[in-house]
Amino acid sequence: MTTPTIPADNPTSTRRLGTGTAATRVLGIATLVTMGWLVAFGLGFSPADRDQEDAVRILYVHVPTVWLAYLAFVVTAACSAIYLFGKKHSLGFDRFAGASAEIGVAFMALTLVTGMLWGRLTWGVYWQWDARLTTTALLFVSYIGYLAVRGLGGSHEQRAKRSAVIGLLAVIEIPLVHFSVRMWRSLHQEASVLDSDGDVDMDGLMLFSLFVGVIAFTLLYVWLLLHRSRVIAMEDLLDDQGLDRALDARRAEAGS
Amino acid sequence: MSRWRIARLVAGKDLRIERRSRVLTNQVLPFAGVTMVMFAFALDASSVLERVAPGLIWLATLFSLLVLVQRSFAVESHDGALDALRVAGVDPVAIFWGKSIALAVQLAVLEVVLLIAAVLLYGADVPVGGIVLLATTLLTATSGLACVGTLYGGLTAGFTGRETLLPLLVLPVVAPVLIGATRAVESALGTDGVPLSEGWPWIGLLTVFAVAFGVGGALAFGPLIEEAT
Repeated sequence: MTTPTIPADNPTSTRRLGTGTAATRVLGIATLVTMGWLVAFGLGFSPADRDQEDAVRILYVHVPTVWLAYLAFVVTAACSAIYLFGKKHSLGFDRFAGASAEIGVAFMALTLVTGMLWGRLTWGVYWQWDARLTTTALLFVSYIGYLAVRGLGGSHEQRAKRSAVIGLLAVIEIPLVHFSVRMWRSLHQEASVLDSDGDVDMDGLMLFSLFVGVIAFTLLYVWLLLHRSRVIAMEDLLDDQGLDRALDARRAEAGS
Repeated sequence: MSRWRIARLVAGKDLRIERRSRVLTNQVLPFAGVTMVMFAFALDASSVLERVAPGLIWLATLFSLLVLVQRSFAVESHDGALDALRVAGVDPVAIFWGKSIALAVQLAVLEVVLLIAAVLLYGADVPVGGIVLLATTLLTATSGLACVGTLYGGLTAGFTGRETLLPLLVLPVVAPVLIGATRAVESALGTDGVPLSEGWPWIGLLTVFAVAFGVGGALAFGPLIEEAT
């Protein structure tokens, strides 16, 4: 991961200041191609479901986004642990953790929205208080809290330590929330036509489209992660250099 | 000094401050009472109120928890008392346990008052057989809430723009306590015909929660209250 430097003589120069590298360009093109495949297969080649008809196509986006959201949060937790318990306390892991959480929250928001749209079409309701949805909603809010903690200010190391602790606490919270919600919903075993799992018996082209969707979104996630963590690195650098610049400017004014 | 002795001293300090300033009795309990009245306005029919009384008790508790936590750390950020404790090398685990114990005591008083309010205002009924379950629920849920409150209170204490973060951080975390405690109290009171036996599994959940945050919180508290001066 390269950390670009800001040339001191020309602070507004944009030459070589982007966060792109050869690797991300390849990744980006691969993402675009697979997204194109997803659109083609999801909207075009794959058949409509027997029961859900065209509503099943939403699942080609909904399932990958939820998979990515969980992956992103696992990455956040792992990077938080490595930052906190590693010997070097390298800030790079903190930046990955923060970038991954942001992307995870964005993907989870997408999951909730697409899920609501799908639910409205198939179940007739936007929301159900079943174990899976409730846990997802609480997880979503927990990670918004994590992002808010990242914005509390202070030095980079303080931010890193605080967020790492909060990120790891979130990992303890998840099983507690999951089990309590599951116990809660198991009390309400109402006979329902709605299959709250929404698992569709997929095969053939439908399964392939789902597979393409997962690949496409995973590539997107990695691309976003690399770019976002580099942007965070640049923001931190600007922060650090900003003070030096201000001091230099004041000294120059005072006349040396 | 042993950790336990320090924790007792910190808890004693907090409770002494409370006794002298009477914030719990003069401000928080009336707030909780008003909340119970507001619920009655919002929920209209008295039959509904009796059925949802356990949930309302714990909702009012959670809102009051936020106020109590902010109070608990307001006394610390005044004159930088918490920073002074930290810089003096006092074990943060002991500070955490001490403040949690003081918060738990205040919460317990609050919950008993809320239960009485529910009996009076919502027509809830406390059968003698349910008292053990009720007391156990109170104990386990309060411990969990106090630990979570102290932990996130330490993080959000002091600076402007931070205290508003407390509700957002605390409420999703204590959702399991809300679920478990409400179900346990429902079976203790027999609301909606829920039998007593159904309450005890929830006590298990509440205990796991309390232990997880008693230990995890103690470990996390130190790093979270550290500020570069």
